[in-house]
Amino acid sequence: MSILEDKSLQDPPAIPAIFHGGPLIQTNAAITEPAWVRWLLIAIALGFLSLFLLLPLAAVFTEALRDGFGTYLTALKEPDAYSALKLTLLAAAIAVPLNLVFGVAAAWCISKFEFRGKQLLISLIDLPFSVSPVVAGLVYVLIFGAQGWAGSWFAEHDIKVIFAVPGIALATIFVTFPFIARELIPLMQEQGTDDEQAALTLGATGFKTFWRVTLPNIKWGLLYGVLLCNARAFGEFGAVSVVSGHIRGQTNTLPLHIEILYNEYAFAAAFAVASLLAGLALITLLLKSLLEWRYADQLAASRRH
Amino acid sequence: MDITIKNVRKTFADFPALTGVDLHIESGELIALLGPSGSGKTTLLRALAGLEPIDAGQILFGATDATNLSVQARKVGFVFQHYALFKHMTVAENIAFSLSVREGKTRPTSAEQKRRASELLELVQLKGLEKRYPAQLSGGQKQRVALARALAIEPRVLLLDEPFGALDAKVRKDLRRWLRELHDKTGVTTVFVTHDQEEALELADRVVVMSRGRIEQVGTTAEVYEQPATPFVFDFLGSVNLLAGEVQNGKLRLNGLSLPTDSQLSGPVDVYVRPHDLRLVEQTSDGLDARIISVQRTGPLVKAVAALAHDASKMDIELGHLDPMALALKPGTAVRLLPVSFGLFARTPHAEVQTLPDVVPNAVPEQRGDRARA
Repeated sequence: MSILEDKSLQDPPAIPAIFHGGPLIQTNAAITEPAWVRWLLIAIALGFLSLFLLLPLAAVFTEALRDGFGTYLTALKEPDAYSALKLTLLAAAIAVPLNLVFGVAAAWCISKFEFRGKQLLISLIDLPFSVSPVVAGLVYVLIFGAQGWAGSWFAEHDIKVIFAVPGIALATIFVTFPFIARELIPLMQEQGTDDEQAALTLGATGFKTFWRVTLPNIKWGLLYGVLLCNARAFGEFGAVSVVSGHIRGQTNTLPLHIEILYNEYAFAAAFAVASLLAGLALITLLLKSLLEWRYADQLAASRRH
Repeated sequence: MDITIKNVRKTFADFPALTGVDLHIESGELIALLGPSGSGKTTLLRALAGLEPIDAGQILFGATDATNLSVQARKVGFVFQHYALFKHMTVAENIAFSLSVREGKTRPTSAEQKRRASELLELVQLKGLEKRYPAQLSGGQKQRVALARALAIEPRVLLLDEPFGALDAKVRKDLRRWLRELHDKTGVTTVFVTHDQEEALELADRVVVMSRGRIEQVGTTAEVYEQPATPFVFDFLGSVNLLAGEVQNGKLRLNGLSLPTDSQLSGPVDVYVRPHDLRLVEQTSDGLDARIISVQRTGPLVKAVAALAHDASKMDIELGHLDPMALALKPGTAVRLLPVSFGLFARTPHAEVQTLPDVVPNAVPEQRGDRARA
């Protein structure tokens, strides 16, 4: 038998050019709508997007710059705004890594193992999605506040939780709890356990299997989860508002600071700080797009089956 | 490395997957575990690899007890049904994975890893594909890479789970032949699971026929096909006709027809006859009268269905297309049938040979068959 005859040695069929580099939409009269319907649908979609997404974003920046660039800069340079920015970044820096570890562990546990109480755990992970953030904040006040269950113990040891950074971090962690786990669970369930078992038969330890096989498989889902989690951590208002105490320059995060400025009719300043928060979100998005662009090949390879 | 399996039992929730399996596999043998879905063949394979803990029994590799050995320590090469290649690694990295995860000083240098990978790629005839990703390979190529990766650990035993299940017919045939050649070259003790009797008979030295968590018969391909030990084996290895007969004084009586038999049975029996063991004979010789109902030609075989004159039960007949009698096969023709070879089993209440359902709640995902990955 010559190698040429061996069908099992054949390369997979090449992907036709239209799938990479060809026109995005192929027009085929038999399966598409008439031109006016298509344009109408596109116009509706674009109109909706601009009205509800682009317009508000543009409004934030125009309002912020209404009184000129000088006023804008002064509003940002204000020490209270600076400390609010610092606190927001700090809260996210605490909450995101903790939820990263928790989210991966929970998703791993739920998708790769069978155990009693699994459904309960899944429901628990969803709890922060279903409970109002204000309620979550109040619960923390109830537990850690001066009159709370654990409050006296913390007061005795001179640890401030409520109206201080730990409380804000706790509230942020609670609210951003599900983002990473929820992103990973369906992905890991779909991937199954074959790859991990293959790694084990090839002599890899549990840790190496996780590091070399599981983690690369979920890399993109994980990144997306982290970005979502981060965006929410930056923007969280309700729960943090309850536990922070609104002490200017000490326990105000950016969203809280914006609200205070707004209530004080300092519109230009409020929008200036808001533009800062929006800017953070845009940077996150930009980062994601950059990574996707940089690793487009890998991304394509891992999605094609 | 020879393997001894002693009274192995495994139950998923309340589904008995293995109910006391005993088997000895010789060193260097190529063995097929054959059976329908839910027969326990994959569970047995996974138990050998250590991927499925067993409830009771013993698994010996050579003289050492491997029952409680970890998956890693067993040094078993396992090829998964859907290959389980690591998508984010190139072909070379996949194959060298087992070398790259070795601890400390036993880990070969990366140059040595590369050399081993290309050596193995040459063995599986895929030289030059080192830099490709699994997504850029065809099914047959993936299968070979998975094999090369499993061989990289220098396994004591090679285990293959439905190795050709996800491939199309032509590729399957080539790969089957190639696997046989590879086995003859490497001489690694190999066990593979299949539900395809043709595959098992063509490829294996010995076939283990399983049903409902038990071994029905172990034997060479000729033995299990020509002397099936149980009605199940008879039925599972190819199609079969069932007739009611009676054994008296070393003679099988079939509605007036008397045939010699060396069966030790006596009294009412079930007669199992394969379609190609029913010969068409002249009207003047002994045989069972029947009438042809339908005729169909599939490739080199002419298949016909005939109804017996005495009880109207339907018989499948198979003839080669060059057989002179094949031309006479027309619907409505009266024919005379003579069973030239048959199996006899004591009469049991007539029921279809049943297999367990495919979907097993609480079974490992691989057994639920609900996942399609490539």
